[in-house]
Amino acid sequence: MINEQDLEKVAVLARLSVSPEESQTYLKQMSAILDYFDQVSEVKTEGVDPLVTPTQIEEFWREDEVRETLEAEKALANAPEKVGHLFKVPPVV
Amino acid sequence: MSSSDWEAVIGLEIHAQLLTQSKMFSPDSTEFGSGDNSNTHPVSLGLPGALPVLNKKAVEYSIKTGLALNCKIRQNSIFARKNYFYPDLPKGYQISQYDQPLCEEGWVEYFLEGETKRVRIERAHMEEDAGKSLHRGEYTLINLNRAGVPLLEIVSGPDMRSAQEAAEYARTVRSILLYLGVCDGNLEEGSMRCDCNVSVRKKGADRLGTKVELKNINSFRFIEKAIEYEIQRQIDCLESGESIFQETRLYDSVKNKTFPMRSKEEAHDYRYFPDPDLLSVVVETAWLEEIKSSLPELPLAKAQRFVREYQIPEYDSSVLTQDKALANYFEQVAEACGNPKAASNWIMVELLRELNEAKKTVVESPIPSAHLAELIGLIDKKTISGKMAKTVFAEMWKTGRAPGEIVKEQALVQITDDSAIENLVNQVIAANLEQVEAYRAGKTKLFGFFVGQIMKASKGQASPEMVNKILTEKLKG
Repeated sequence: MINEQDLEKVAVLARLSVSPEESQTYLKQMSAILDYFDQVSEVKTEGVDPLVTPTQIEEFWREDEVRETLEAEKALANAPEKVGHLFKVPPVV
Repeated sequence: MSSSDWEAVIGLEIHAQLLTQSKMFSPDSTEFGSGDNSNTHPVSLGLPGALPVLNKKAVEYSIKTGLALNCKIRQNSIFARKNYFYPDLPKGYQISQYDQPLCEEGWVEYFLEGETKRVRIERAHMEEDAGKSLHRGEYTLINLNRAGVPLLEIVSGPDMRSAQEAAEYARTVRSILLYLGVCDGNLEEGSMRCDCNVSVRKKGADRLGTKVELKNINSFRFIEKAIEYEIQRQIDCLESGESIFQETRLYDSVKNKTFPMRSKEEAHDYRYFPDPDLLSVVVETAWLEEIKSSLPELPLAKAQRFVREYQIPEYDSSVLTQDKALANYFEQVAEACGNPKAASNWIMVELLRELNEAKKTVVESPIPSAHLAELIGLIDKKTISGKMAKTVFAEMWKTGRAPGEIVKEQALVQITDDSAIENLVNQVIAANLEQVEAYRAGKTKLFGFFVGQIMKASKGQASPEMVNKILTEKLKG
């Protein structure tokens, strides 16, 4: 079961602010999701390796070659704020 | 209670940037010092829909390092997402490895103060580097050139007991990385970074004390100083009844102090889970064997061979093998002059002193190995004395010329002719009869005075051994 503190923690980790009303809605929805996983957990999986990816491909590598480097102007094209060729963001420290 | 009742427990996390041309999951360049944000790609910018594709070389270098650190290589390992928000991490997660790292359960050995020490390697896992933040007070600037550069994080066991051991362990790992050519090991530029976990406990206690993580250390000397400071700080805290908090502290090399890093209040919760964008990393046995057989001789094995083959002391061989180029240089000199002991002495004492003072590596030495071998040959053939050789060496360092040439030009040939030296001895004795009498009356300290006079008369060219021998005879009267 998930309680309000759990929900609050998840919201903080995801940097979301959740109003009291929303919190009630999300609690119901998330509880339903967790209940579903409880149901999935009942499947006997002894001797079955965890599935990392559903594809059948064994390996997919790149050789170590430099290609397709973006120019700084392009890299910064969508930046809301910039200084020269650097992204500008609110203070972190 | 005194400091000696406490024991420090230290473990290191070393991040090594792997020397690939392109990034770990995208084909943009890893070059250091390029223009701001000029080495990027939709994957390293974390643009929606961009998919990572693993760089095979990064895996190869990681396996190489794992093998050199005596680790078991997991032939089926997976990438996980480590979730946290920070502006230099555009995707909101770092691709790393969590419960199934590529390399596990290894060890390294190093030599310190006459003892061989062993440190366990708990794991070494692959991950991508984040970008770089430049904090400007009112705002922060982000450069993503570094985002996605392949890293290998090497985690040691809590096996070190002093700051010196920790620094020596870090040097050993660096030297292995350099031998393998997988990392350039530059602490100042951050291509190798060391986080130190430090705790203290009462001697004999089983349980570990609360650990503090030290970051921001960019030289081996500072690793030692930061840990020393931190150990003392923790002992002082505990002795005055305070307790240690688990925290990250930064080292300030100017103040030689550690201070708490201002951090966000909420606890870290990285919510690792397997990255669904990537396949598991399968290392075929044939590939693993191929990498194994391509491993070069590593520092420890080389050091042991030097002791065995060249009969040089363990300490010398461990210093000479720290740098592969230096080890090669030593071998070239030793082979060419046939006197490994002298080769080791000249390199350890004279050459390394000059190199350190000039902040040069052996590759940049103005004295090629052939010249040093020639110099040792001249001493062994008694053409010049050891003392003259030092003068010649200084000239070789300054001018880069061959010793034979310098000796010829400065007429620095050692006088080894019996009668010539006897003449010199006779002259000096005749000119100092008073001192001769004093010597014979028991003032034997005057021996040095006579040697000095004779050497001066010979312009430093008389063989000191022969002067000693003939002078002793003559002074007997």
